[in-house]
Amino acid sequence: MILKSEHYAALAGSANVGVNKWRFLLESLEDLDTSLRKLDSRLFVVRGQPAEVFPRLFKEWNVTRLTFEYDSEPYGRERDAAIVKMAQEFGVETRVNNSHTLYSLDRIIELNNNSPPLTFKRFQALVNRLGLPKRPLATVTKQQLDSCRTDISDNHNERYGVPSLEELGFKTHGLSPALWKGGESEALDRLNKHLDRKAWVANFERLRINICSLIASPTGLSPYLRFGCLSCRLFYYDLRELYMKMRRHSSPPLSLFGQLLWREFFYTAATNNPNFDRMEGNPICVQIPWDHNPEALAKWAEGRTGFPWIDAIMTQLRQEGWIHHLARHAVACFLTRGDLWLSWESGMRVFEELLLDADYSVNAGSWMWLSCSAFFQQFFHCYCPVGFGRRTDPSGDYIRRYIPKLKDYPNRYIYEPWNAPESVQKAANCVVGVDYPKPMINHAEGSRLNIERMKQVYQQLSRYKGLSLLATVPSIQEEAEPPMIDESKAHSSSGLCIVRRGPGRPSCREQRHAPSPRSSAPVPPPQKRARETNSSTR
Amino acid sequence: MYVMEWKQKKLRKMKRRRPTLDSHALSASEGDGTKRKGGVAAYTWGPPNWTVHVKDWGNLPHHVVLQIFQYLSLVDRARASSVCRHWNEVFHIPDLWRRFEFELNQPATSYLKSTHPDLIQQIIKKHAQHLQYVSFKVDSCTESAEAACDILSQLVNCTIKTLGLISTARPSFMNVSQSHFVSALTVVFVNSKSLSSIKIDDTPVDDPSLKVLVANNSDTLKLLKMSSCPHVSPAGILCVADQCHGLRELALNYHLLSDELLLALSTEKHVHLEHLRVDVVSENPGQTRFHTIKRSSWDALVRHSPKVSIVMYFFLYEEEFEPFFLDETPVTHVYFGQSVSKEMLGRIGLNCPRLVELVVCANGLEPLDEELIRIGERCKSLASIGLGECEVTCSGFVDFVKICGRRLTQLSIMEEVLIPDSQYNLDQIHTEVSKHLGRIWFPDMMPTW
Repeated sequence: MILKSEHYAALAGSANVGVNKWRFLLESLEDLDTSLRKLDSRLFVVRGQPAEVFPRLFKEWNVTRLTFEYDSEPYGRERDAAIVKMAQEFGVETRVNNSHTLYSLDRIIELNNNSPPLTFKRFQALVNRLGLPKRPLATVTKQQLDSCRTDISDNHNERYGVPSLEELGFKTHGLSPALWKGGESEALDRLNKHLDRKAWVANFERLRINICSLIASPTGLSPYLRFGCLSCRLFYYDLRELYMKMRRHSSPPLSLFGQLLWREFFYTAATNNPNFDRMEGNPICVQIPWDHNPEALAKWAEGRTGFPWIDAIMTQLRQEGWIHHLARHAVACFLTRGDLWLSWESGMRVFEELLLDADYSVNAGSWMWLSCSAFFQQFFHCYCPVGFGRRTDPSGDYIRRYIPKLKDYPNRYIYEPWNAPESVQKAANCVVGVDYPKPMINHAEGSRLNIERMKQVYQQLSRYKGLSLLATVPSIQEEAEPPMIDESKAHSSSGLCIVRRGPGRPSCREQRHAPSPRSSAPVPPPQKRARETNSSTR
Repeated sequence: MYVMEWKQKKLRKMKRRRPTLDSHALSASEGDGTKRKGGVAAYTWGPPNWTVHVKDWGNLPHHVVLQIFQYLSLVDRARASSVCRHWNEVFHIPDLWRRFEFELNQPATSYLKSTHPDLIQQIIKKHAQHLQYVSFKVDSCTESAEAACDILSQLVNCTIKTLGLISTARPSFMNVSQSHFVSALTVVFVNSKSLSSIKIDDTPVDDPSLKVLVANNSDTLKLLKMSSCPHVSPAGILCVADQCHGLRELALNYHLLSDELLLALSTEKHVHLEHLRVDVVSENPGQTRFHTIKRSSWDALVRHSPKVSIVMYFFLYEEEFEPFFLDETPVTHVYFGQSVSKEMLGRIGLNCPRLVELVVCANGLEPLDEELIRIGERCKSLASIGLGECEVTCSGFVDFVKICGRRLTQLSIMEEVLIPDSQYNLDQIHTEVSKHLGRIWFPDMMPTW
């Protein structure tokens, strides 16, 4: 395990930004070390840059083989390619295995005519074709380790031990205990509880969200998947086996694996797109003229917007490192197309620091999805920072838990304290504008403006001049059944056609390989377009 | 005329740097494909044929370069114009300056590029009188809006037909001093005299400026979009409707809509109205009580303009909806941008027979089966529906789709809306609905983050 020194440099004096993330990682490493100790081995954590560390270690330790997990993310691929090359120079054999995703992403892309699917339905169809993912391997045994001994020196802990938070520059005095404990042991324990709960509920349907779902779940697994503490394949197969046991061997529908497949979908979309995490130069991202307002961004990031629903969510995020996915939708919409009209990239960066399960692909992909910047999303559906919160948790207890200042507000006003009469505010000991900020925006006026802006952007994109709000977004219709690769030579379309729908308007199939500057949406092969700037809004 | 130009250009070229041009370049051209690098034009002369073989890009005829330039983006055109004097002349041909969009952004605060200030100066100097279709795109900085106003004030001696002031983010025109804005805008109103389309949403335009507009352009005005212009009163807009009888498209906020306005738009002198867009926006709950428009006024409008599209966007809290849809309302496109009550959706079914599109952002947790089915039955022109945070049972939804059938060209339903019941689960509903629509249909999905 190599901890790059630049990670420390970034943290110095940064007011504990990302402390939950780092704590989780360090706990995971400790846990791994503990597990290895039981097998008479240890974890070696090496500090430094891979470029200097590897050559030194190859020589010092007489390394013959280097094994690591395949990293599909563009940055990871570049880094790993350099490492493989370095290893070759030293005569070290490298073995790279694909275990972070269910399937080989390149295979999915290949099956879709060398282009990542841009709709989830299409993705599901492709995955169906691929059948079951590879089974997870059993865990390492003592016998296996016995055949590769290493001497553990006396000063192992100083040289190769897991660093502490203090060593990385964090202040741990007064730090609240972690709600999400890192490590494989914890992950496996949670997995069992998660499955138990599903079995007890005896139905695998999606449950309606309520206050319990908003609070950190003791069976939540997403950070463990992100950090690799839990194998996605293990989760997949355990879930599948549970379903088949309970439903008498009938095959589970793809919807059972929603969480895992969405994750896979975004990984597939990101792997060949080095600009996936930004707007400019990203062939799948609509160029939207977001506003630039650091002050507004800070208010959002620090939970000072004056909207208790938004502030409570951001507070939970900062304190604990996890928020429910609908809560993510609410704050993402508020920052971007719903209210503040700020760029999704800023939101993505805040999540990167604070959210335990935010990885490159899923984080960037989800932010693009939520801000209607990619994947052809309808933008009419806006999450109201008052109404949506109230419908989700009518009791208001979620707000009271994370914004104790507001705990004495009655349910009627707790989502919109600025509307409470002065007497109520005084009685609750929290006057808006004094003890709690005023709302930073008029939501009605803000959403009116933003709908117009989105409409302007999409009308330019789709060249739609009619009156329908829904028809402004070019709809994408990928064929439900992907053709086999050799069939594709007969068709010019990859199974991808962009259909502009409107009453009496014939659908137009646009060939992917020859997009004119006037094409409805930019969906060319990512390899080609990665360097061209997106000119679709001209 | 061509050949004259040609000769002149050639002479100039000869003087400059082509001493090698000699007589056999002037010989008969049949088959003479002398490809000399550096471009020499060979031509024959003899009555009555004047054939010209072009081997010099710099000497392409004006109209050819003009056509090519029309395909280029402004940036590319500007670059091309510095290639040679000839191309530079073409760059300034008035035809290329009829349409222009000024992009004014502060680099530190915007993701967009700005129109170069030198180019702006050039346009004002050389092309103000050619401009006919002009728009200004500004970011949320006051400086950008002020720059737009400065340019506007200099557009004298022009015959602008279309003017658009567009804020791409926060409405920065509202931060410009009202007098500065109004005086700049009225320069265009007074000078153009043939304005047909004006988009001034989110600006501090006021009643007096509208009077100026009307005084100078009443014969030509066809389109006026002024949503969210808080300084305009109902009387101000009424003045426009009274005088501008060619007005076909109008967009404004509900507080400007009045019975008088609708009647003014329906007088005999007035052309058929094509499109009326109304934004209904809440100030703060309980603080604004919206007035009702009489049914007779709506009826008059529809009688006068039977094909008119009436688009209403609502951004209200639930309790503010009371005055709406109490009686038959000829609205064609409705968007509820925040949550709307079940009762209101019931009213829509009862009182909106002309409805073409209904988009609902959110309703709540009570199934809307009844309301939806009634809308399907009574709104016979309904072709487009969008449901966000609502609930409908799967069987209710299937019934709705059966009633509407293939006229539903847009059906955007968030996946969470559909509640599986004893008859249909989520997988089955997709096949059932697709069958009735005659195309493959899936609900809209949101990622499980």
